[in-house]
Amino acid sequence: MIETRALVKSFGPQLILDGVDLRIESGESVVIIGRSGGGKSVLLKHLIGLLQPDSGSVTVDGEEISRMNERQLLRVREKFGMVFQGAALFDSMTVAENVAFPLERKGKYTAAEIDQRVSAALDMVDLPGTQKKKPAELSGGMRKRVGLARAIVYEPQIVIYDEPTTGLDPIMSDCIDQLIIRVRDQLKVTSVVVTHDMRSARRVGNHVMLLHERKIYVHGTPEEIFSSQDPIVRQFIDGVADLKETLI
Amino acid sequence: MNFLASTWVGVWLIGLGRIAVLSREAIASCLTFKFSRRDLFYQIYFIGIKSQSVVIVTGAFTGMVLAAQTYFQFHKIKMDTATLAVVSVSMCSELGPVLTALMVAGRVGAAIAAEIGTMKVTEQIDALRTLATHPVDYLVVPRLMAANIALPLLTVEAMFIGITASYVVAVFLLGIDPAYAWWNMLKYSTIADVMIGLVKSFIYGGIVALVGCYKGLSCGNGAEGVGKATTEAVVYASICILITNFFLTITLQRLCVILGL
Repeated sequence: MIETRALVKSFGPQLILDGVDLRIESGESVVIIGRSGGGKSVLLKHLIGLLQPDSGSVTVDGEEISRMNERQLLRVREKFGMVFQGAALFDSMTVAENVAFPLERKGKYTAAEIDQRVSAALDMVDLPGTQKKKPAELSGGMRKRVGLARAIVYEPQIVIYDEPTTGLDPIMSDCIDQLIIRVRDQLKVTSVVVTHDMRSARRVGNHVMLLHERKIYVHGTPEEIFSSQDPIVRQFIDGVADLKETLI
Repeated sequence: MNFLASTWVGVWLIGLGRIAVLSREAIASCLTFKFSRRDLFYQIYFIGIKSQSVVIVTGAFTGMVLAAQTYFQFHKIKMDTATLAVVSVSMCSELGPVLTALMVAGRVGAAIAAEIGTMKVTEQIDALRTLATHPVDYLVVPRLMAANIALPLLTVEAMFIGITASYVVAVFLLGIDPAYAWWNMLKYSTIADVMIGLVKSFIYGGIVALVGCYKGLSCGNGAEGVGKATTEAVVYASICILITNFFLTITLQRLCVILGL
């Protein structure tokens, strides 16, 4: 279970998060939606301890992580897998080396076990036989899928996705959505997805939160959110630039 | 307080403090052996083997020009055969370690800052952290240890090449008597000169690696940030080496006198 309380974060004079409260239960699939530059990725990075809040708290399975140092956080992060917006693959390594990286760092697997797990993870993201390719040889969608394979190869309890479909064509976006659902159902992981792709949000989430004006403005099931008549919610869902148009 | 932090003195002091924290983290990590041996060997290859050409050319031509200049001055007072002694002491205790470190700072310090800086702007450092890997263990420690091992070896090589090249110039080009020149060189060069050079090069290795890693890890956004970090890594490492050299020379010479070396 992940919980944030009164989370505040600013970069210099710019306030990004102003008292964010949220609670994500184990096994849930939560989608956080909001405008670009609205602080979704910043919020996500707080959940895994990549950023520390100015005030407020982040709790993971009952452990307060916002005041932990980097070495203490390493233990907590073993519960997490994260898929980055730009995949963040290690470009000096091959696909297999990227996916094997977390297993090799743990140092408790044999070479044969690592090979077997890497192949299984790549099969799961529909990229068999790509082990020897370098990240530069892959398309954007393939890079994201390798990033997903790397995030799930050590079977984390929570998988975090930072805008997984941004910059992809509709077919590849659909493919990534299906992968997120497959990973959620097969591995029984808690999923936290940050996106501004409404189709994706409706499909992969069983709980949707809207981050607006530096706070969680509203949350509920996808049906509740997508049928909401609240003008702020409608403006975002319908993709309307002028708020007045949503009131007509 | 904020005003002080925004001045160049404040920025410089904050940077110095952060490098000190990074050094402490890296040394603590070295002692726990959390680094990968494969990465360490690769970094020794990258810093040591790949710097051969630069170090050989620098050592050879520094020794040659030093021999020539020393001879031109000493010849006026009929002290030609002391030429190699001056070259030997200079190459061992000053020019060997300092010039090798400056050349390695230019080649390796820049590469370290650019590589780590690029990893930072492409979120690869964040990816490392999410994969429960401390960036200091994985990135800083292998580079620091490799630089500490490679720099003294490269310095010994530069000393040897420099003295050999100066012997060739002194004897075959300038016509100095080889027996007297060699005898004087052995008479005035001591093991302390070589030890001073090795201690210095060990410390310079740490400076090059730590400044490069620090600049990479703290680099700004985008290509501009990486470019700035790379430039600053070379400039700051070079300045640190030159300033440190003065204090090390004074301290180590006095230490040698105290120890009777």
